[in-house]
Amino acid sequence: MPNRSQIQARAATMRVRFEAAGAQVVDPPLLQPAEVLLDLYGEDIRGRAYVTSDALRGEQMLRPDFTLPVVQMHMREGAEPARYTYSGEVFRRQEHDPDRSNEYIQVGYEVFDRDDPAGSDAEVFSLFALQLRGLPLRAATGDIGILISAVEGLRTTDRRKAALMRHLWRPRRFRVLLDRFSGRKPAPEGRAALLEAENPLAIDAPMIGKRRAAEIEARIDALREDRDTAPISDNEIAGLETLLNVRETMPFALEQLRDIAVDLPQITPALNRLEARIAALQARGVDAEKLDFEASYGRTSMEYYDGFVFGFYAEGRPDLPPIATGGRYDALTRQLGNGAEIPAVGGVLRPDLMLEIEEAAQ
Amino acid sequence: MSLKLGVPSKGRLMDKTFAWFEKRGITLSRSGSDREYAGKVEGIDGVSLILLSAGEIPRELAAGRIHLGVTGIDLVQEKLPRWEQQVEQISPLGFGKADLIIATPACWVDVDTLDDLDAAAAAFRNTHGHRLRIATKYHRLVREFLTDAGVADYTLVDSQGATEGTVVNETAEAIADITSTGETLRANHLKILTDGLILRSQATLWRSRVANYDADDKVTLSELQDRLS
Repeated sequence: MPNRSQIQARAATMRVRFEAAGAQVVDPPLLQPAEVLLDLYGEDIRGRAYVTSDALRGEQMLRPDFTLPVVQMHMREGAEPARYTYSGEVFRRQEHDPDRSNEYIQVGYEVFDRDDPAGSDAEVFSLFALQLRGLPLRAATGDIGILISAVEGLRTTDRRKAALMRHLWRPRRFRVLLDRFSGRKPAPEGRAALLEAENPLAIDAPMIGKRRAAEIEARIDALREDRDTAPISDNEIAGLETLLNVRETMPFALEQLRDIAVDLPQITPALNRLEARIAALQARGVDAEKLDFEASYGRTSMEYYDGFVFGFYAEGRPDLPPIATGGRYDALTRQLGNGAEIPAVGGVLRPDLMLEIEEAAQ
Repeated sequence: MSLKLGVPSKGRLMDKTFAWFEKRGITLSRSGSDREYAGKVEGIDGVSLILLSAGEIPRELAAGRIHLGVTGIDLVQEKLPRWEQQVEQISPLGFGKADLIIATPACWVDVDTLDDLDAAAAAFRNTHGHRLRIATKYHRLVREFLTDAGVADYTLVDSQGATEGTVVNETAEAIADITSTGETLRANHLKILTDGLILRSQATLWRSRVANYDADDKVTLSELQDRLS
């Protein structure tokens, strides 16, 4: 196993390469206010991050990733365009797998640039591929933006679209919602009676709690509206399902997705972005013809990405976490920007795993 | 050395545990006064009794400081990550039965399932500017259950007792707690979600996989297991 100083030396080398590509070194604090992370990830983050607290500052988390503090810093004081690099420890609770590290070094590169998003995507991916050159890795790519545009363009109510969008990163719940909105899954028992009742709140139970009667009534109204809304058409559902199953090399995936766009024309702008990205990758010497593309890639683990996503995995080592991951997170900059926003793309590498694979190969 | 058996130090759980062993010819008792947490074992050699709080028994088993222990399935699964690796279930004891469930106010006529809870949580967060609070002491079990179900926009707030009262007091909107008859829930105008059962628990005798067993301990353990089966 590589030791700590070897890992740090490798991290430093990699960071220097990112600096040579034009990035400025940043060094966010180890302790991050828990509130922002909780807002972004919800309660799940408590299962993955170490939480500590003091009476003055309240709950703090040991940095579970760099992206969030780097985005905050950029939105606060960054000049445009900007490129950042960093290396340092991140901390992840591991309650299920003792073989996974709870503390490891990440090296990252983030690009905040309004011009030429396809070029920025290709820049990040090709720099990562260069850092990883020679290792037996498989690259996976995807594009959450295609799925987002497919959902946003469905011919149904905004409420349904918002519900689907909210669960885009939870495939099982997304599936349940889709089944319900397409009329394939019956409403829960007793639902019809409740919605038909003259006065649904007239029951033998006192109103207690902070969720008031008006809120309950508002949800009943929403459920009534939904009951009276036509199901999402079979055509659109079939298109969405075919889309989620696309798994091909990049150019063939694009071809299949163009076919799907006949039923789901709303994805066309996102497909044009994919096409531009393929060209930009090729211009940077990446062989996009051979690059795998999965339309569902990044849906379970990459919560803030909303466009291009990628990961590098060790061949024949399914036990290892990804060696590098990254993607585009335009919406995150909006969320943390207090009104400001900027297109952004970036990712992180794991020097410890790179060294481990190199050792194993020798 | 002897096999160390950890038993809850108080109340009905202790009495029923003593009765369960008594039926199998093993007499457990407190030695000396009621205030003393030492115990006596008759009817089998090589076993010593240690009286502990039920909540500490999982940790003591996982640390290998006791070989055997009686405590609830709920506490073992909440307190021990990868509990199967640390303890082995020897026998359920048939009492202390309770379900860990999620309950909401009964007046939430629009909420029957986890689906509804998730939708209500999203709207609640929009209206109130904070996530829907669920009061519990079973943080790990509840979080894993809700993550698995894909419920979002909630937050867990710690409640070590009188959890049912948190809704009326508006320190939480829903609760996740253990219930046996549902009586306390009803008295506090709460109802259980139809798919809100997280875990069925009861008092159980566990064996530590971590503790050291010398040759004598192994003989005693196998005799004990024969007597208990």
